[in-house]
Amino acid sequence: MKKNYWNASLRLTLGLLSIWFLVSFGAGILFRDFLDQYNIGGAPLGFWFAQQGSIYIFVILIFYYCFAIRRIEEKFKDEV
Amino acid sequence: MENSFWSYFFVIVTFGLYIVIAVRSRANSTGDFYVAGHDVHPVVNGMATAADWMSAASFLSMAGLIAFLGYGGSVYLMGWTGGYVLLALLLAPFLREFGKFTVPDFVGDRYYSSFARIVAVVCAIFISFTYIAGQMKGVGVAFSAFLGVPSTIGILIGMIVVFFYAVLGGMKGITYTQVAQYCVLIFAYTVPAIFISIIITNNPIPQLGFISNMSGSDISMLTKLDNLLTDLGFLEYTQTSKSMIDTFCITAALMFGTAGLPHVIIRFFTVKSAHAARVSAGWALVFIALLYTVAPAVGSFARLNFINTVNDAQYDKSTSENSSDIKIAPEWFKNWEQMGYVSFKDLNDDGIMQYRGPNAPDGLQNEVEVNRDIFVLANPEIAQLPDWVAGLVVAGGLAAALSTAAGLLMVISSAVSHDLCRKTLFKNIDDKTELFVARLSAAGAVFAAGLLGIYASQLGFVAQVVAFAFGLAASSLFPVIFLGIFWKRMNKEGAIVSMLVGLVSTFSYIVYFKFLGGTQDQWFLGVSSEGIGFVFMWLALISGILVSFLTKEPPDEIKDLVEKIRIPRQT
Repeated sequence: MKKNYWNASLRLTLGLLSIWFLVSFGAGILFRDFLDQYNIGGAPLGFWFAQQGSIYIFVILIFYYCFAIRRIEEKFKDEV
Repeated sequence: MENSFWSYFFVIVTFGLYIVIAVRSRANSTGDFYVAGHDVHPVVNGMATAADWMSAASFLSMAGLIAFLGYGGSVYLMGWTGGYVLLALLLAPFLREFGKFTVPDFVGDRYYSSFARIVAVVCAIFISFTYIAGQMKGVGVAFSAFLGVPSTIGILIGMIVVFFYAVLGGMKGITYTQVAQYCVLIFAYTVPAIFISIIITNNPIPQLGFISNMSGSDISMLTKLDNLLTDLGFLEYTQTSKSMIDTFCITAALMFGTAGLPHVIIRFFTVKSAHAARVSAGWALVFIALLYTVAPAVGSFARLNFINTVNDAQYDKSTSENSSDIKIAPEWFKNWEQMGYVSFKDLNDDGIMQYRGPNAPDGLQNEVEVNRDIFVLANPEIAQLPDWVAGLVVAGGLAAALSTAAGLLMVISSAVSHDLCRKTLFKNIDDKTELFVARLSAAGAVFAAGLLGIYASQLGFVAQVVAFAFGLAASSLFPVIFLGIFWKRMNKEGAIVSMLVGLVSTFSYIVYFKFLGGTQDQWFLGVSSEGIGFVFMWLALISGILVSFLTKEPPDEIKDLVEKIRIPRQT
């Protein structure tokens, strides 16, 4: 069945989207006041996530997805 | 202006380059014209997507917006990049696997309905035209501010150049000109930023300068800026006046809107496979991040420079008595004042320019008004960079505006020629006729966009209208595409209701608050019209799902189609 491939890829997508949510809406907006007590260089950490950090992590997320979904494709090769 | 030689030089060289590329990449079939033959390399497409995506607003206005809004500007930074994660994970590879030409194509086939296709055509055209007006206005601004050419003539010149590569080459011509335009715009954006970063923080990398100390001191650049602003009665740079829920919703609306914008989605139809579409989305974000991580640095540096050079400077040179220790208004201030970008009104008659926020501790009134666009346009002058740098900025601004305009024109022309003519009205026209109709509608769209730009440049609300494009894309197109892939049970009735609910609710909310005088205390859940697309996106999703459950299941061949696009073909 193709179900196994689809379920594995859904799990991957959900996992990556929770990171996506955490670094932007989480670190940059909801928990920003808490994170702002720490600094990265001369910038408050929450502020930095909102203007820099989240963007870097977005890039990493997409490339990791490309890599991981390929692995899932390999694993379920016979099914699809 | 004395630096107009360099402006002319860069504009003529880059425009020549675009036309040469256009002539060399003529489209020979509708496949070439709509999707560049499905044969663009993922990295090349990533670069083209970046240019397609980064508009006159990103290039000319965003850093200025951030300079003014400080932390509040983060909504644009996160919103306009985070959408690519959604695109790469939820939409692009599946739509590519589907393998057709346009967004309405997907909606029409997946929901087995011409009516759904027409609704999608209306959404796509409406979104694209609101967006394109801003681009054409940007072209006019760049021409009139730097080359002394009236804005209308500037827009006409821009139209002729776009006409060349959009009508001749379609997507194929647009792709390769967009690659060239990306190179021009990123170079033009980064060079001044590096210079300014070195001047202010002694660090040549703007992203690092942003978090460094002021050069020759141990106080960080951001702390310095926070202190300066509070001294003048502004809000701290790292704070915002927006509520948390509004910040959240605006960011989300921009993200989901980005993922649902048709001119971005169609770029992913041009690559070879679903896997190439994923990789390409990654590269697109890399190229976009190169500008988007520099923008907050440019914004904060520019605000700092502006305060340091303008505030408490003496406006008129001649009245100064002991000129050695008095700061004089800089040359650029008077240049840009003539063009209406800055103004000074001496309220207390002391001849000194007081730049103050609403809560100034010294009780003085603000005497300096600034147009935000000046922070990118005049940045090279404010930082006293060489003349050629300013010339570069014009060419970059034009590249950003023209590349986005071209992508939007493709959406409009393919919606008309492919979805309206070939798939709905005249089902038996051949490929050659369709190609001719596609060129014709591209030409018509260029013309209409130009008129819109000329008309819009006399109105003030273009920036506000862009809120339309994102809100509508998030609430009308994103839900049906997403559900079409991830929920097999979604049927035609659900899709039509969902699109209409999203379109009508968001449209009326924005019109009410932007143009009919709605006030802040009437906001639904405390969300402004910029962020409302996110709220109504849920409304569209839920109503689509409910209606689908109440009506009959989609036919089996549609379920098979969904199965098929979920799993990429092995290559």
